[in-house]
Amino acid sequence: MSGAMAIKLADFQANARAALKDPKLRDSFTGAMDFLIDRRASQFPDLEAFERLRKVGEAVRQQALSKLPELLEQLENKLTSLGVQVHWAETAADANRIFLDLARRHDASLMVKGKSMVSEEIELNHEMAAQGIECVETDMGEYILQLDGDRPSHIIMPAIHKTKQDVAEIFHEHIKGAPLTDDVNELIAIGRRALRDKFSAARIGVSGVNFMVAETGSLVLVENEGNGRLCTSVPDVHIAITGIEKVIEKLEHVAPLFALLTRSATGQAITTYLNVITGPRRAGEKDGPREMHLILLDNGRTQAYREERFRATLQCIRCGACMNHCPVYTRVGGLSYGTTYPGPIGAIISPHLQNLKETRHLPTASSLCGACGEVCPVGIPIPDMLMRLREAGRHSVAQSATPPQQALRGQGEVRQLAEALAWKAWRLLYSHPALYRLLVWFAARLNWLTPPWQGGWTQARAPLKPASKSLRDLLAERQRKQN
Amino acid sequence: MSPTPASTPASAARDGKRNVYFFATCVIDMFAPEAGFDAIDVLERSGVQVHFPVRQTCCGQPAYTTGFPEEAAKVAAAQLDLFPEPWPIVVPSGSCGGMLKHHWPKLFANDPVKLAKAEAISARTIEFTDYLLNVADLKLDSASRRPLRVALHTACSARREMGTLECGRELLSRLPGVELVEHAHESECCGFGGTFSVKHPEISAAMTSDKLDAIRATDCDAMVSADCGCLLSLNLMLKKRRDLMRGQHIASLIRERLDGGEAQ
Amino acid sequence: MSASAESLRARSAIFERLRAATRDPQNTPLDVSAALLPLLADPVGETRTERFIRHARSWRAEVIETTQADWPEALQALLRARAPRQLFAGPGSEIAATLAACVPPQQLRWFDREIAALKPELFAADAGITTTLGGLAASGSLLVMPTIAEPRTLSLVPPLHIALLHESQLQDSLLSAMWHYGWASAMPSNLLTITGPSKTADIQRMLVYGAHGPRELVILLVQDGVRS
Repeated sequence: MSGAMAIKLADFQANARAALKDPKLRDSFTGAMDFLIDRRASQFPDLEAFERLRKVGEAVRQQALSKLPELLEQLENKLTSLGVQVHWAETAADANRIFLDLARRHDASLMVKGKSMVSEEIELNHEMAAQGIECVETDMGEYILQLDGDRPSHIIMPAIHKTKQDVAEIFHEHIKGAPLTDDVNELIAIGRRALRDKFSAARIGVSGVNFMVAETGSLVLVENEGNGRLCTSVPDVHIAITGIEKVIEKLEHVAPLFALLTRSATGQAITTYLNVITGPRRAGEKDGPREMHLILLDNGRTQAYREERFRATLQCIRCGACMNHCPVYTRVGGLSYGTTYPGPIGAIISPHLQNLKETRHLPTASSLCGACGEVCPVGIPIPDMLMRLREAGRHSVAQSATPPQQALRGQGEVRQLAEALAWKAWRLLYSHPALYRLLVWFAARLNWLTPPWQGGWTQARAPLKPASKSLRDLLAERQRKQN
Repeated sequence: MSPTPASTPASAARDGKRNVYFFATCVIDMFAPEAGFDAIDVLERSGVQVHFPVRQTCCGQPAYTTGFPEEAAKVAAAQLDLFPEPWPIVVPSGSCGGMLKHHWPKLFANDPVKLAKAEAISARTIEFTDYLLNVADLKLDSASRRPLRVALHTACSARREMGTLECGRELLSRLPGVELVEHAHESECCGFGGTFSVKHPEISAAMTSDKLDAIRATDCDAMVSADCGCLLSLNLMLKKRRDLMRGQHIASLIRERLDGGEAQ
Repeated sequence: MSASAESLRARSAIFERLRAATRDPQNTPLDVSAALLPLLADPVGETRTERFIRHARSWRAEVIETTQADWPEALQALLRARAPRQLFAGPGSEIAATLAACVPPQQLRWFDREIAALKPELFAADAGITTTLGGLAASGSLLVMPTIAEPRTLSLVPPLHIALLHESQLQDSLLSAMWHYGWASAMPSNLLTITGPSKTADIQRMLVYGAHGPRELVILLVQDGVRS
């Protein structure tokens, strides 16, 4: 990851503080998340039916992960036989090098790109721009952000933090001949016109993938706008990039995952397009890519895979429901996280994509309220994952039962002596009933010594002060009276 | 009430009484003793013999959720033998109850002897409102009929881990004169989250503040919860705001209403 | 090429890590259909066709009910009302001859070359017509399989997409269509479900039709006597 990103990350708390003080931002997130929560709820009126479907979605993903190497081989064989070139990338740099090679080979100076979080992960746009290749976002939300030099704040609704007035100014400033208007229909028409020229001119179309089907070698793309179809139908070359975990075994497994994805993400029963691409243009066909590539990215996923207790992280189908329902995300917004994936899923995947130390504030930025786990359509126990990451950050391989070959990057590097000692002291008091009783006895009698300033707690709350009589005291008093 | 697990099942059976252990939680012991006291009182009024093992301390959740499960395990291990009789273990908190019920067994995955004990405790752990509603036979008809509009905050662990959301609502609905008022974003967390409120105080405060605003917007007369962790955070912010309202444990409200009823 | 050597190295490193993991490959058959059933439950008394129409309209598709004999006339009426300058169509499709007979030649444009040679005209076109493989009653979706005769962009680039759908080809759901057509063993190069015109809500969550694909979708639903 770039240095700039690491600096942003370390500032999660500062970012969050700034976001909390921005009423406009908080209003737009609260409004948007309430809207998405209601929409999703309307799609799952029957909780039992949701549970049943979720169990199948979870089983599809778990089963696929249990056979991940076999399914990836099957997929690769199928794709190769269809004429798709499969590339493997361990890191973001590997993936960008593959893109660059392909662009040079096709003498392409322009790529059009459909929405892809993995391409955000490798910072494809910046990397290509540095080599003189323009990589244009074509999803309306992403296009707005790219023009403005901004980043997505939500994985499904990337420009949720922008108002129509913001978009009006961005289009007026960056698109030649665009009038200043905040009529949303007109703004979308402006974006459509500007991007049609790009679709027509680009040699290479780039896309992400929602699901890869091992048995058929199909890449499945889910979208509403049609830009994903344009990127994969008009240019001569289609390069798809995704994480190695996105493979599923059977075509019929698409049905439950698709039903869960659209309902969980935007509360729609279905999207405008389900686009199933199986190999490049065949003989006689007049459109579709002549050449097709799939880049399979690791970038830390094998770390999450290696340890069984983190593997469920990879079940994710990127619907964003966890962030929509997260009280922390709703208040600080997606940009505060400083990572490609914000919110609860970001907090559990980012430590694997980067490392525990860089992302140390993300697993703790949760009250463990459990809303994320409750709505996750594939049953990822997100709160458990957060706790395990908190533990891994605070325990080196030697301090935990982790086999050395399963060490996480940055394992134990979040440990602070003061914190570790505080918990040792706590344990000493609370595991010895006599000491604990002494503590409670003194706390009640010396409660007037309670400091008026207690760190962050007293910024917004009165000091935490022990009662002058503990429950034990009250019970003992009662006992005396009864006798 | 017996301060130690002294009474035997035999003597209890002779009395024809139900027996329960009461796991008070360290938050109640030290910061909200009246809640524990009232919960015991209410249980006793429903004819239950309550046993308070004096060697109890804390469920271990603070260390467990902060990433120090080994410290939590040692604290839990010291308490595995406090509940020898096969009685229910009533916990006046969904959060601490959830720790005993769902997480104590995980702490001892590699120790079969302790695991068996933790699993036995887990199987007998029941949250206070759940016990009161579904096991104890507490008559609330005689309680005060004075009209009272009550907002209920249900802790996330009570709602999602222990599944006791409806118990609190049902108990309130059975109290004569009490009207349950809904507040906006009712299912949302109050922002306490244990060490979360210390590690991310601004985010936590924003959540607590929004929760209070939503409750205040209902024009309720009282605010109750079955979790004293949430109540501490909410009440101390009310105090800082110089707002005179204080949330109370649902056990305290029930006791007050029963006392008020007797007085009428 | 150097990239492929690097790709191979990455491949073996990735597989080595995946294979080193402790795992228990599961092969339990999953009953996908049972779990989807509650979502697919039919309102009492509604036929598949009625259900398709209700859903398609809810997604802002216009549905014109017609017959095998009358659809050319319905198309003519539609073209008179919308007055597109050109209607793009697939030469060699099963409706090509009918189209040639009922659409004025100056209005009818054939997708008769590869897209590279056709881009300027196609991107300027204001209507396209395609056949469909079928439809999905549960969601009001069209099932579209682009072919040599009817390329992918025909249903995508022009702002008005007119689709001909035979009632007899309606399936209940995506899953029943997958099973009916047996795609798992023979997949076409491209397969689509199209549900309403393209749309976006990326600006302040305000729904706008006609994002990058068609602004309007008109379905000519041909009643061919097989109403279920």
